[in-house]
Amino acid sequence: MRRFFKNFTMVELLRPLGQMAVFAIGSAAILSAVALGLALLLNNTAAGQQVAKDMGVSLFTYVLVNLPQVLLDGLTIGFVYAAVALGYTMVYGVLQFINFAHSEIFAIGAFVGVELLIAFQGYGLLNNASVLMDYAFLLIALVLCMAAAGGVATLVERVAYRPLRHAPRLVPLISAIGVSFFLQDAIRLTESLTTGQFNRIFPTFGNFDQRIVLANLPMGRTTIVLSIAIKSLIVIVAAVFMLIALNYFVNATKSGRAIRAVAQDQATASLMGVNVNRIISMTFLVGGALGGAAGLMFAMKFTRIDAFVGFYPGLKAFTAAVLGGIGNMTGALLGGIVLGMLETFAGTYLSIFTNGALGTEYKDIFAFAILILVLIFRPNGLLGENVSQKA
Amino acid sequence: MGPTTTVKLYTQRMQRGIWPYIVCILHVLIGTAWVYSNPRSIIAFLVLISSFASLYYFQTAPGFKFAVGAVVALVIMPVLGVRNIFYLEVIFQISVFAALALGLNIVVGFAGLLDLGYVAFYAVGAYMWAFFGSQQFYVLPYAPGSQPAHLPFLLPGDFFYLFIFLAIGAAALMGILLGLPVLRVRGDYLAIVTLGFGELIRVLANNLDKPLNFTNGPQGITPIQRPSMPPQIVDGFNLIFARLIGHAADVAALYNVMFYLLALVIILVIVVVTRRLEDSKIGRAWAAIREDETAAIANGVPLVKMKLAAFAAGASFAGAMGALLSASRTFVSPESFSFMQSIGVLTMVILGGQGSIPGVILGAATVTILNLQVLQGISLYLSQLRQSDAVIPIINFAWKNLSTQLDPAKYQRLLFGTILIVMMIFRPGGMIPAKRRQRELETEYTPGED
Amino acid sequence: MSKRWFVVFSVLIVASLAFTACAPAPSSGGTSGKTVIKIATQSPLSGDMSVVGVDIKNGAALALTQLGGPLKDMGFDVQLAPFDDMGNPDTGVANSKQIVADPSILCVVGHYNSGVQIPSSENYHSAGLANVSPANTNPKVTTRGYSEVNRIVGRDDVQGVVGADFAATQGKKSVFVIHDKTAYGQGIAEFFQKEAQAKGMTVAGFEGTEEKANFDSLITPILAANPDVVYFGGMYSQSAVLFKQARDRGYKGMFLSDDGFDSSDAAKIAGQSLLDGTGTYYSTVSGPASVYPDTAKFITDFKAAYGSDPQPFAAQGYDSMGICLKGIETAAKAANGEVPARSAVTEAIRALKDYKGITGTFTFNSIGDVTTAKYFVIQVVSPDPAKWSSNTITQTLDIAPPAP
Repeated sequence: MRRFFKNFTMVELLRPLGQMAVFAIGSAAILSAVALGLALLLNNTAAGQQVAKDMGVSLFTYVLVNLPQVLLDGLTIGFVYAAVALGYTMVYGVLQFINFAHSEIFAIGAFVGVELLIAFQGYGLLNNASVLMDYAFLLIALVLCMAAAGGVATLVERVAYRPLRHAPRLVPLISAIGVSFFLQDAIRLTESLTTGQFNRIFPTFGNFDQRIVLANLPMGRTTIVLSIAIKSLIVIVAAVFMLIALNYFVNATKSGRAIRAVAQDQATASLMGVNVNRIISMTFLVGGALGGAAGLMFAMKFTRIDAFVGFYPGLKAFTAAVLGGIGNMTGALLGGIVLGMLETFAGTYLSIFTNGALGTEYKDIFAFAILILVLIFRPNGLLGENVSQKA
Repeated sequence: MGPTTTVKLYTQRMQRGIWPYIVCILHVLIGTAWVYSNPRSIIAFLVLISSFASLYYFQTAPGFKFAVGAVVALVIMPVLGVRNIFYLEVIFQISVFAALALGLNIVVGFAGLLDLGYVAFYAVGAYMWAFFGSQQFYVLPYAPGSQPAHLPFLLPGDFFYLFIFLAIGAAALMGILLGLPVLRVRGDYLAIVTLGFGELIRVLANNLDKPLNFTNGPQGITPIQRPSMPPQIVDGFNLIFARLIGHAADVAALYNVMFYLLALVIILVIVVVTRRLEDSKIGRAWAAIREDETAAIANGVPLVKMKLAAFAAGASFAGAMGALLSASRTFVSPESFSFMQSIGVLTMVILGGQGSIPGVILGAATVTILNLQVLQGISLYLSQLRQSDAVIPIINFAWKNLSTQLDPAKYQRLLFGTILIVMMIFRPGGMIPAKRRQRELETEYTPGED
Repeated sequence: MSKRWFVVFSVLIVASLAFTACAPAPSSGGTSGKTVIKIATQSPLSGDMSVVGVDIKNGAALALTQLGGPLKDMGFDVQLAPFDDMGNPDTGVANSKQIVADPSILCVVGHYNSGVQIPSSENYHSAGLANVSPANTNPKVTTRGYSEVNRIVGRDDVQGVVGADFAATQGKKSVFVIHDKTAYGQGIAEFFQKEAQAKGMTVAGFEGTEEKANFDSLITPILAANPDVVYFGGMYSQSAVLFKQARDRGYKGMFLSDDGFDSSDAAKIAGQSLLDGTGTYYSTVSGPASVYPDTAKFITDFKAAYGSDPQPFAAQGYDSMGICLKGIETAAKAANGEVPARSAVTEAIRALKDYKGITGTFTFNSIGDVTTAKYFVIQVVSPDPAKWSSNTITQTLDIAPPAP
């Protein structure tokens, strides 16, 4: 313990918390300013008049009243992306390799967790459990799904990536794409042989679905209720906790130091007595576990999963990782938050700003368009220069 | 010692003198006769189509190879194909995918740029002719499904030939526009950006039905016109071949033949272009970029320009095939341009051998036949067994009890995934490795080490 | 040229020759000595649409075992030939050519995606092969006027209208329309919107989304507009998730959807949320099991045979197969017990009068639409998925498709 505090102070341990607050508030402020500015500009156009006619308020008021809810929603999904992006970024930091199959590791986490909870429900454990027990069951499912996802990720590394470690760059990437497709159908095969079901539903239990009402905002003829679901809070808390734990693991433990050493220079690290293969396996284990946890969080927040559930969140999380500067843990967090908020802003306001010409269906395009833009103007991502904290 | 010597002797004997010629011709003849007598046998068709492989492997004069290949591709295949239009469809799809895979091969195999959104360019070509060759121009103001009946067509069908070239240009332009910003980034970033671009094009095709209805959204555009087919051609074809086929061919079947031949022409152009490029300054520049970007820059290779050239060349062929596809199907919808399609084409290139022209064609044929015939065939067979009272002898397992979940046709992704992983680990050069690649692989990189 | 490959290749040729010499090709038919008649199904059996596609096939297979008796008695061996169109037009078209080339196939049940059905049926048309569609609602499927193509489901331009009329009779004033960006969902939603406007309702929003999980950014505008009705054109796997999230966020109005909502999984996903507020309704052509005892029996049999509840369109798959069998039987009787010609089957199916299926009674008009389809608007009455079949009918409408 003394050694730990020598190298790594409490301040450093909690630093991600501060960074998170800065990122969240910063991106929220910038995006809100943009949205409000646009609303002011469009107030007197056809779009503004349509809102005035339908809702009885000006476009500016409409945007302003809905803003807090949009920010909360954006933050929640942003944390999910950030948790998945951490897995991409860890593997990339160590191997300079995009683990394309990470999205299926995410799906495996979701499936294992949901199946466990469904089994608990089958045994009648969830029906009359106290609130505390509900959280205990969720925690058990979370731990086991992290173990399963981490295990599969390690296995995948051993089978499909390790033999290719010294091959040209594209070779392991293609193998990873293969793994991704393989796992999608493997999940589907397993599910259809065991349960015969395609959709799996996160069981309803505990108080996760309840919402905490924060404010009632009157707007024209209606009242907008600003609220946050308990499950969204759990998602945010879990993601924050994961980030702090990961930060501690990478920066303050011996294994973490070994990971950083391997990331910097595999050959030298191995000369210094670091078992490179073990460390790389460990990277996949940790990254996979984070992805699995994110999978269960995703299933809890959005209820329904299927074998192809990982593809879009995976792609967006990767975008988030690149946006923040891939290989950089803090960057993944920033990228996730920015992407989540941007997406929610676009989904909510695009239709009203363009008077129905474009709508929420363009939400997904935003992620890709941003990816392309970032690579043009900042190929290393928003925090790309900061390579010292490479995980 | 024994078997090895026999094999060696056999190999030498079969590769010398007149033997290879006899084997090739026999192979073609047996295949043709067999398909002719059993028009619905899958295996007969496989034997016939594998005669191309015979031509490739046995040492014969180039002129002979070319002549026999041309006879099989231009005469035997279409005639047998009209007898059973399913085979015509199979060889048409093989040629479409071979052309796509050859185009992607320029990008992936030669320049070493992994493009995961290749079907985007295919979509550009397809939607281009779909828009101009249908009534869509007059549907612009209507929401999908609500347009009045009997609208006129914008352009007559014969403009199709012009649009093949326009589609080449449009797709190449798209390739350059996308390439300009993203080609500066490293290879694995590029892969994901192109993936995003592919999705972007699909989502656009799915959503550009408002404010103006350009693509008719998810319902897709139909009917799309085909170039005209003069009755003389139909009569002429029937005059020569009707007896062989056993019935007179109708216009629909001849359209299939025509699009198949068009696809062959495009393949021929791609093969010639890529062969010429491969040994040119550009081709060597690509090889240099593929092997080591830094070294290539140091040696004065204009990196971005060369990458753009590869991107544009690959894209343009996809554009041409897109236009061909929309005319042959008379229908386009966003479903044809999913990520799965891009991966399918990539699988063909990887399976066949990156940078190897015969390899890529073999890869395209293998994956298409697997997809359309073998997997479906096995599934159908299993389903027949399940409906019968047959029992697996020794373990006494009734076929009836076999779960329908195990149908191989359902696990296309599993198959593609496995192919990609296994090829990367055990045979990264593909089924027929490119000659240049082969040398590199033997010297530098031994797979499976560690 | 590598010697190894040369040897492998030669061995392959010899092996394939030997194999084919001994084994008959799989397609050469049964060994029972009876004349084989095949009925093909085409639906996505792989990929993310397979959940519905597989059950269309299973529904058809169940119908074949239950209703194939009369043809068996006539001495035919009736077999199912399931094809996987992967939801992909290329594969669907290739399959259709394989189907057309097999003379023992006399009828096709398919497809799921209109985008696959439209190009594939061009081939059925040119071969004169009868096609009964269990799921394609795009008007273009029949408006091309092919005598081979029939469908037993309603058209988008009818079902959307049914939903809007229902909302109007309930005195609803404003509606928010959402669809899933598929040909099916968007088609219905467009016509719903049109009819709703014609009935004087305010359309507070019209949005499409491919999102399957995170509807937050869609719910915010819904709550701001606070419409009386939220209409969803598409499948339950999306709409139930959306409805649950909207209800959680405090939406109190009515949910309304189409026959893609008719699955007990909807209750599993959304549970009590469907009953809160002013409830959840959906329009469908297949009546609930409580009214149609055949449907209840179908669900029980299906579950016994395949271990899970039927997905939407499984019952339609069953009925499409039933119509095929009936058509073939009629044509075979007319041909004195011989195998009927494809054209005879096509004519027999089009001429069927009041075929009683489990999802309705079917007579086809001159372009292959069902003459008068019975539409039900059904209210969800229990959050328990097991009680899905006890949902009650709120409104019954007989609607003829637009004149051909």
